[in-house]
Amino acid sequence: MKILTVCGAGQGSSLILKMNVQDVVDELGLDADVDNDNISTARNSGADLILAGEFHEDALEGFEVPVITVSDFMDNQEIKSKIQNFLEKKGE
Amino acid sequence: MISEYLTKDNINLGFKAENWEAAIKKSGSILEANDLIEPEYIDAMIEMVKDKGAYIVITPGLALPHARPEKGAKKNGLSLLTLKEPVEFGHSKNDPVKVVISFCAADDSTHTQMLSELAEFLKDKKNVNYIKEVGSKKELLSYFENYDRGGESNEDLDSMRSRTGQQSYS
Repeated sequence: MKILTVCGAGQGSSLILKMNVQDVVDELGLDADVDNDNISTARNSGADLILAGEFHEDALEGFEVPVITVSDFMDNQEIKSKIQNFLEKKGE
Repeated sequence: MISEYLTKDNINLGFKAENWEAAIKKSGSILEANDLIEPEYIDAMIEMVKDKGAYIVITPGLALPHARPEKGAKKNGLSLLTLKEPVEFGHSKNDPVKVVISFCAADDSTHTQMLSELAEFLKDKKNVNYIKEVGSKKELLSYFENYDRGGESNEDLDSMRSRTGQQSYS
């Protein structure tokens, strides 16, 4: 699975989010690559899942890729439960 | 090491900012004073919020302004500004902001280490809350040094929690 974290510049917030998502991926033992990018190139990134700040919800509307938004980038519990929910719905 | 990036010259506590722009300006001026950026980088940080929104408020009460490396970043660096009175950045959940940590990156890759150490530090809410409340630069610097040594924090219970990986929201 390819996970992409995105933000406006693709360099600050998304990088921090990527680190915390990576922690969660490791903790859950998922087979996933986590990368970060800016929001404008995210659409054609080929990712299976995108994580972004809630702030970007509107900008991410209409994406074919599933999108998870988080409000607190530093809260791994929030990130973890949202990824778990996603996986459950996906049936894995 | 956090204490490597945040030294006495990169920290300003209790600044009176009338709005988010003033806060970013002040925060950016610390980077400039340390010869980490060209002056135009500060405008680029403000433009970024105007253009892309207040998503830089990554966790409640804390903003992480930055701009693209080509906007005048000279080296990798951080600055830390705390506000006397919190200001609104325009984030629906994480406002108001009390702590502004600006960063600049000389290129797209070498700042990863710096941000990763910062993220590790901010992940512990206890550290964020400490910065929000601290009034003395001297105390804050020794807090960073203590953290970098992996030392015990002021509260034993909290340090115990963090060692065992439990979340602390005190």
